[in-house]
Amino acid sequence: MKQGILSDILDYSNRANPYPLYAELRKTPVFHDGDGPYVISTYHHIQSLLHDPRLSSEARNLAAGAGDPLAGAEDEGASALPPSFLKLDPPEHDRLRRMTNRPFGPPDSPHRVDDMRGFLHTTVTGLIDNLGDPERIDLVDQFAYPFPVTMICRLLGVPREDEARFHVWADTLAASLDPDPGADPKEREKTTHDARMELGMYLAGLIEERRKNPGEDMLSQLAVGHGQDETMSTMELLSTAALLLIAGHETTVNLITNGMLTLLRNPDVLRQLRETPALAVPLVEELLRFEPPVQLLPQRTPLADIEVGGVTIPKGSSMWLILASGNRDPDRFENPDRFDPYRKDIQHLGLGSGIHSCFGAPLARLEAQLALTELTRRLENPRLVEDPPPYRQNAVLRGPRHLRITCDGVRPS
Amino acid sequence: MADTALDHLKANGRIVVVGASLAGLRGAETLREKGFKGSLTMIGDEPYEPYDRPPLSKQALLGMGTAEGTALPRRRDIDAEWRLGVAASGLDMAARRVKLADGDEVPYDRLLIATGVRARPWPNQAEGELDGVFVLRTRDDGVALARRLDAGPRRVLVIGAGFTGSEIASACRERGVEVTVAERADAPLVGALGGVIGAVAAELHRENGVDLRTGIMVTALEGDSTGRVRAAHFSDGTSLECDVVVVSLGAQRNTDWLAGSGLGAGPRGIACDAGCRAFDIRGIVTDDIFVAGDVARSPHPLFGYQFLSLEHWGNAVSQAETAAHNMLSESTDRRPHIWVPAFWSSQFGVSIKSVGVPSMGTEIMITQGSRAERRFTGVYGYQGRVIGAVTFDNSRWLQFYQQQIEATAPFPPPFPTVDRRPEGQKPLPADFPDPSVPTHGPTVTLSGYSPADRRLTFTPAGH
Ligand SMILES: Cc1cc2nc3c(=O)[nH]c(=O)nc-3n(C[C@H](O)[C@H](O)[C@H](O)COP(=O)(O)OP(=O)(O)OC[C@H]3O[C@@H](n4cnc5c(N)ncnc54)[C@H](O)[C@@H]3O)c2cc1C
Ligand code: HEM
Repeated sequence: MKQGILSDILDYSNRANPYPLYAELRKTPVFHDGDGPYVISTYHHIQSLLHDPRLSSEARNLAAGAGDPLAGAEDEGASALPPSFLKLDPPEHDRLRRMTNRPFGPPDSPHRVDDMRGFLHTTVTGLIDNLGDPERIDLVDQFAYPFPVTMICRLLGVPREDEARFHVWADTLAASLDPDPGADPKEREKTTHDARMELGMYLAGLIEERRKNPGEDMLSQLAVGHGQDETMSTMELLSTAALLLIAGHETTVNLITNGMLTLLRNPDVLRQLRETPALAVPLVEELLRFEPPVQLLPQRTPLADIEVGGVTIPKGSSMWLILASGNRDPDRFENPDRFDPYRKDIQHLGLGSGIHSCFGAPLARLEAQLALTELTRRLENPRLVEDPPPYRQNAVLRGPRHLRITCDGVRPS
Repeated sequence: MADTALDHLKANGRIVVVGASLAGLRGAETLREKGFKGSLTMIGDEPYEPYDRPPLSKQALLGMGTAEGTALPRRRDIDAEWRLGVAASGLDMAARRVKLADGDEVPYDRLLIATGVRARPWPNQAEGELDGVFVLRTRDDGVALARRLDAGPRRVLVIGAGFTGSEIASACRERGVEVTVAERADAPLVGALGGVIGAVAAELHRENGVDLRTGIMVTALEGDSTGRVRAAHFSDGTSLECDVVVVSLGAQRNTDWLAGSGLGAGPRGIACDAGCRAFDIRGIVTDDIFVAGDVARSPHPLFGYQFLSLEHWGNAVSQAETAAHNMLSESTDRRPHIWVPAFWSSQFGVSIKSVGVPSMGTEIMITQGSRAERRFTGVYGYQGRVIGAVTFDNSRWLQFYQQQIEATAPFPPPFPTVDRRPEGQKPLPADFPDPSVPTHGPTVTLSGYSPADRRLTFTPAGH
């Protein structure tokens, strides 16, 4: 095994195409170098670890000094909020996730996501209408970035007039996940900290208001509770709202952008999607396999010494589960490096698996399906201006920083 | 190269499937999928195309979806000749013919037997025939029972608190119908899951307003002058007025039609090898008769090669697929049926799932969650290894415990897990009833090592 492969993965120069590195990594399915993390790169190992009750997502179970070059990269602790359910184990995880799900999905709210379809469509239409000069479009800044935040605002019930402020906070927090080597780290830290505080204060006020005057939105329903179980405390509710915002933002941006990039690299598929919009459903699944917005999960640690593929991973070790590598594992997927939306067998790891599998999955899917269908339908003869596009720094939430395209025109809606 | 016998079978052979339900259909679909082009005959004694049974005790009783609307989804066209509404009445192994109740005979080159089980009837026939007394196995049973529940009965009595009985009681309560459940054992589900879990099931019943009476037997059903059931009498001398009775006392294998055929078939099912090939009564494996589904009993390497009979939906599908594959394969290409038993049930709003063979377990440890919260995982141990697991609203962990069973991992599990509670610190006796006392619907039955069914006396066929 080549030394330093983990630093190669983190190295920005490999951001556009990390897949050959993953292929290299899979030769050692459980990779461990010095005091670095245990890195798992094959599909079946990842899949079974995500269902393994000996694995914890709680930071407090990490042994002191468990080496992880990613540690602290997404430090939400500084805000003094309690950890969100993403970083909790059962039973706390289950309790919070269950309560959060009540106003969101079946069985209590089977229509929430589907009812957003009309609003999603209007939003996408508006964003495309306003793309401006068809020869100079940046799909990241002009389309993919604003879209998910608008959706989360709607879901949470952030009033229209506050949305602009919300977008600023969301973008600042997303940027904080993406260290910019040029910038002054102190300065950045302060901006991030301020954004987090302001967002927290804002949400706290909104929650207070919704407790008194509940509406149909998720925040209201979470604030008043459902009678059964306990109701969330204000602090828990704040953590949860922030989680929904952060978990559903950059990820969705990347999915849409990776999607357009992949379609523009595969013009046949682009044409097929234009002709058959229903193709969007399997196409988004294949995208989640082929270019997953969350490349790896750096947040797991074993509660006991566990054996994986003949290697003992000691209790408290830091682990990386490389979802994007499992998704390209030839032992699981035929022709894994081929983008094929007609693939029959598509149990990808793009949305995770097991108890922490993506909570927002139905919304994420719908957003991406709609965005890609409409972009494909309305952009006339779209082409990439540069390939590969410039990527963001972040190796975990990987995606283009800009996706500049040019086209002959924008069809009316 | 000359055509092999197998090529000939695939192109022009005659395959007959007896039992046109889940296993029969999935087997037939797999045959076509594997390139079988010959003639295919589906023989089923029910007049309906294959339908799904699990909804009969769940959605269909709640008025969500009807018993009529439970047709099994088709995976592909099977281009078969359907002989529905006529039972197979005999088998001539030497001449390779299936005899039908209407006098017809159907020749075969390969035979798949998937005749399943039927509900065990109320032992007193006259009482069992009273109006208002039901069993629940078929679509007709489901339609009739659902209709009676629609009419708003005053009190339903369910006899037997296995999975089906418990689901029926749950459906009654959900519809606001008063229901009494009578169970011979000390708690519901003990045959399948043991007393520790049975105690949780009993609380579920009672919390949901079921009048649960355990450690008791129904001794007689009483009808009124018009032949309608009006009361039941119990072994403790008490009686109960009720206008609907559901007899839920487990199942009997549909093997009577094979009596005298020379096949190794009896009350415990049809013995087959791991490749789904049936044994004859001499314990010699046949090469042209295959078995799948509830009627089969087959040896399992994970459970000491004992013969297992499973009344599990997933087993019927998997075993039928394996049988079909093996029918069309050279001996070296055949696959063993080594499906790890897995079962699900939903009752009183709780999703219960199990893997492995809990009923082999002598101990149980609640490794995750808590019984009081009705959300937990229980792991069963047998001779120091993990043999089964059950979850109540906790099924996401089942895959892990299935792997533990497959790996014959040590019991009690020596490692901590997430969600370990004080009650999960050490194993408890699993508390299964004495295996010699029959329980209702254990859903997994271990039946020793012999392919011959010793309890069967082979009577010559009557014709
Ligand atoms: C009410 C109910 C609820 C259930 N719920 C669950 C559940 O939640 N989970 C689960 O895992 N399993 C459940 N099951 C069990 C599951 O339905 C069975 O495992 C499955 O139906 C087995 O399929 P099979 O094809 O082997 O047998 P069957 O479905 O019994 O089919 C056998 C067929 O053969 C026919 N037949 C019998 N003798 C002859 C003959 N001589 N000639 C022609 N045809 C014949 C029968 O009439 C029947 O149509 C449930 C069963 C019932 C009845
Ligand atoms: C395309 C977009 C998305 C992708 C690729 C994605 C991916 C993922 C992944 C891989 C996880 C698992 C994390 C882990 O196991 O540690 C996860 C969890 C989560 N996601 Fe998403 N996500 C997307 C969109 C969304 C959206 C839109 C929302 C909110 C509405 C959301 C909310 C969450 C939450 C709350 C969790 C934590 C679940 C838990 O811990 O139980 N995600 N997501």
